Amino acid sequence: MARAPIRTDRLIGAIAAHFFLILGAAFMLLPFVWMLLTSIRPASEVFTAGFNPIPSSFAGVTNYSEALTKSPLLQFMWNGVVVCFGILAVQLLFAIPAGYALAKLSFRAQPLIFALVLFGLTVPVQVTALPIYIALANLNLLNTYFAIMLPFFLSVFGIFLFRQFFKSFPQEIIHAARLDGFTELEIILRIITPSAMPAIAAFAVFSVTSHWNDLYWPLIVTTSADHATPPLGMMIFRDQETGSNFGALMAGAAIITAPLIVVFLIAQRQFVRGITMTGVK
Amino acid sequence: MTAGVAASSRRVSASRSVQMRAEALAGYAFATPALFLIILLLIAPIMVVFLMSLTDYQLGALKWSWVGLGNYSDLFADRIFLRSLGNTFIYVAIVVPGSVIFGLFIAILVQERTTSKAIYQTIFFLPVTTTLIAMSVVWHFLLNPSLGPLSSLSRAMGLGEFDVFGDPDLVLFGLAVIGIWQLVGFNMILFLAGLTAIPRDLYDAADIDGADGAWDRFARVTWPMLGPTTLFVVVTTTITAFRVFDTVAVITRGNPMGRSDVLLYTLYKVGFQDFNIGPASAMTIAFLVFVLVVALVQAFVIDRRTHY
Repeated sequence: MARAPIRTDRLIGAIAAHFFLILGAAFMLLPFVWMLLTSIRPASEVFTAGFNPIPSSFAGVTNYSEALTKSPLLQFMWNGVVVCFGILAVQLLFAIPAGYALAKLSFRAQPLIFALVLFGLTVPVQVTALPIYIALANLNLLNTYFAIMLPFFLSVFGIFLFRQFFKSFPQEIIHAARLDGFTELEIILRIITPSAMPAIAAFAVFSVTSHWNDLYWPLIVTTSADHATPPLGMMIFRDQETGSNFGALMAGAAIITAPLIVVFLIAQRQFVRGITMTGVK
Repeated sequence: MTAGVAASSRRVSASRSVQMRAEALAGYAFATPALFLIILLLIAPIMVVFLMSLTDYQLGALKWSWVGLGNYSDLFADRIFLRSLGNTFIYVAIVVPGSVIFGLFIAILVQERTTSKAIYQTIFFLPVTTTLIAMSVVWHFLLNPSLGPLSSLSRAMGLGEFDVFGDPDLVLFGLAVIGIWQLVGFNMILFLAGLTAIPRDLYDAADIDGADGAWDRFARVTWPMLGPTTLFVVVTTTITAFRVFDTVAVITRGNPMGRSDVLLYTLYKVGFQDFNIGPASAMTIAFLVFVLVVALVQAFVIDRRTHY
């Protein structure tokens, strides 16, 4: 008797919760759904369709092949791959040893370097953009992969993340390794780095996402399509289309966003861990 | 006997100091490359930007001179800069409460789900990872006054056309909706982490005290316990929203009538299109000061809060 009202309460609460969540989810998915629908819609229908979700005929092949042939989309994506993995490799190369040194080795300059890392965490890339741009211009290095990657070779976020991760690594194992005659370099290569795989995965996902998506810096240092990364490519594509073919434009947007959506669906746990690892603690 | 002990302890301490020296050496060896990058890509550029903000240097010019704080006083008399600053604050004032409140609301609703939790989490987080430039192009199309589905929907309902990005009074609001759309999932994840850290027995204790409604539990347990998380979310969202650039660069380019000029877009135009290095540097320093102030407030308040 006394239990029944509580259960209906629960039920009503659950229905209300789903109602709001479905409403919110629909808002979140609206641009994705509309992008995909328009990308398979015949060009003539885009102008007359209005709010008509289902395309009258399937024009996906036309739109996607036009997106791929009219603009070097695949070149933009390849540029994105080169830039993202170039940045990630250098970041890891510098950040893992530095993180280990800051977490496990004691030396005089350590607190100072850690303070600089903490300071660096608060400085957005737009602050250092002008001088780095001028230096690259003077060295005649604009419009190169190197120019697009340079400011991000340093990831204070990476150093900080690895330092936090290594802090909890058991000191006894490092001691035992030293007694076994491991050099510090061997300790990093054979003990510390393999143990850090979850942190490396979380950092890699974070780094690749943010540099695949970055617009500000590539917009400044590249003017040609040869080295343009996907977001810049998207702008170039949009400007040459000038509203004439929304089907192909949406197909292009779908192609450019697809790789990260796939990465995200596979590596969702790393994404979330990366945020919570550095976010809350 | 004692001599032997002394000798061996001397040997131990000698080997310990050898070990310490080796450790320090390794520490420098591993940290120096990163320190080199910190100086090259962080400290030196900040110092150079500060020095350039005191000059009238123009890119490519052969002659330049010191102008003291002239660029700064010009900045605060510059209509475009002040307008960008004002627009940015309006944008922040919409996006921060919007994405924090919705993020918290969705986190609480998602937290209580069992089977559907993962699906909702994925959907709400999706915009965080997708390329904002591409999605801005899609939003631009969605809200297109003549071809967009939302506009034809409102036409069909007899509400007439609306042109969000062409209307000076609506443009910041339109950009803010995209900003909220992108940030809600990120904030939801942070709140979910904060929610799982709240001990269950606090709710049981509140139950015994007579707090049985959903609102009671929220007001007496969830909200107070989420204090530090909320503060952190507000600060990160403020900094992210303050850096709005992508949507403006793709959709409005500051139009109509400069009503969507925001700080970083103006900085980009002055520095990298007009190459007015002095004023752009002063703007950069002003931007840095703002970001540092927010970070300091965060460090201060979080320290206070967590030590109760």
